[in-house]
Amino acid sequence: MKFVDEYRNREAAQAYARAIARQVTRPWTIMEICGGQTHTIVKYGVDALLPKSLTLAHGPGCPVCVTPIELIDKAVEIASRPDAIFCSFGDMLRVPGTTHDLLTVKARGGDVRIVYSPLDTLRIAKEHPHKQVVFFAVGFETTAPANAMAVAQAKREGLTNFSVLVSHVLVPPAVEAILSSPQNRVQGFLAAGHVCSVMGYTEYEPLAARYRVPIVVTGFEPLDLFQGIAMCVTQLESGRAEVENQYARAVQREGNRPAQQLIREVFQIVRRRWRGVGEIPQSGLGLRETYADFDAERRFGPAVSGPDISSECLSGLVLQGVLKPHECPAFATRCTPERPLGAPMVSSEGACAAYYRYRRMDSIDAHPVEPAS
Amino acid sequence: MCLAVPGKLVSISGQDPLERTGKVSFGGILKDVNLVCLPEAQVGDYVIVHVGMAISRLDEDEANEVFAYLKQMEQAQDAVDLSA
Repeated sequence: MKFVDEYRNREAAQAYARAIARQVTRPWTIMEICGGQTHTIVKYGVDALLPKSLTLAHGPGCPVCVTPIELIDKAVEIASRPDAIFCSFGDMLRVPGTTHDLLTVKARGGDVRIVYSPLDTLRIAKEHPHKQVVFFAVGFETTAPANAMAVAQAKREGLTNFSVLVSHVLVPPAVEAILSSPQNRVQGFLAAGHVCSVMGYTEYEPLAARYRVPIVVTGFEPLDLFQGIAMCVTQLESGRAEVENQYARAVQREGNRPAQQLIREVFQIVRRRWRGVGEIPQSGLGLRETYADFDAERRFGPAVSGPDISSECLSGLVLQGVLKPHECPAFATRCTPERPLGAPMVSSEGACAAYYRYRRMDSIDAHPVEPAS
Repeated sequence: MCLAVPGKLVSISGQDPLERTGKVSFGGILKDVNLVCLPEAQVGDYVIVHVGMAISRLDEDEANEVFAYLKQMEQAQDAVDLSA
């Protein structure tokens, strides 16, 4: 496919790996924020081609992973209602709640449906006027325009049996939370390309300046990641800390204005709890009061956080780039995609799932390219 | 979750700016895509689609930048080697 295949060219990837190895003179840690980028890195072995002194830390950019457990419990509760059709992206179905997951509800006869787009749920709502159709609106800024569009359309069409359970999160506050943490060891960031397609990248400029970190807006194909890493290393080696755009074919500095307008029309910025990480101020989106009729928490009661259950899942450390998935004692033994202890082992973008799927312990430390001497 | 796929816009329908949709070909597979956030998109453009919405138009002039940057990097490193 055009705009995909050419960015998976093996020779160019190897040439990039050599050029990066020649450039690196000391150890650096770079975090890719988005779980989609983590999967490209692990699937294509991008990190295995990099010099040993360059560490890629995997970031929190997996909305499935950070959706708080009380919202999973609320989803399970709503989906269990006999009058409900609960619609969700497929990834959310096996994320463990306090007692069980959405797939269990479906197995017990609940009407839980996987949809490709939130816009599909409007059609389902129109086809089933006597059912309550609820969509699990999770995601980062990339998904916000589609979720906002669904709510705006529902309002315009006067749909009374449609609502959304919102768990929307924002990238820049999470980057700031990582940078201001005393545990932080990240020296440069690859920002998530598609989030920036929507939002642009002006929000990252004050972060790069305040924390003295280079931030490179990066795409999702292997060569995009190699170039993003090369640009980040170039800045680190020369002592610069700026926002640069590797993914210029899809991202403009100001982003997509109509999409931002749609988000602002429907959503407002709220505080949000991130599973495994904790509460981050101003880090989520919630429905505006003008769209409160479509809020599933208003319609079916608010999600309430219960007592913290002790679990051996260390996803919080994995999501902040402090721990690599295979360093968790439960990895691939007591925690697998079939029986996950935490969400990063479930989601197609979770770092634990990426390591489980593409890589086992024996190959994890393979680094064929030595750093430049 | 933020997976978005490039495809070629092959037709546009809907006059109402709030209902504008198009058919996008992903390597021959056609899907209906909401174009509300890309009012400037024209038939023949490549667009990036995420959960049924087009969020960005691909800039073909920037498409080879990844190869140009690599060449620049290699030439700069060779120049340093020669002067050493």
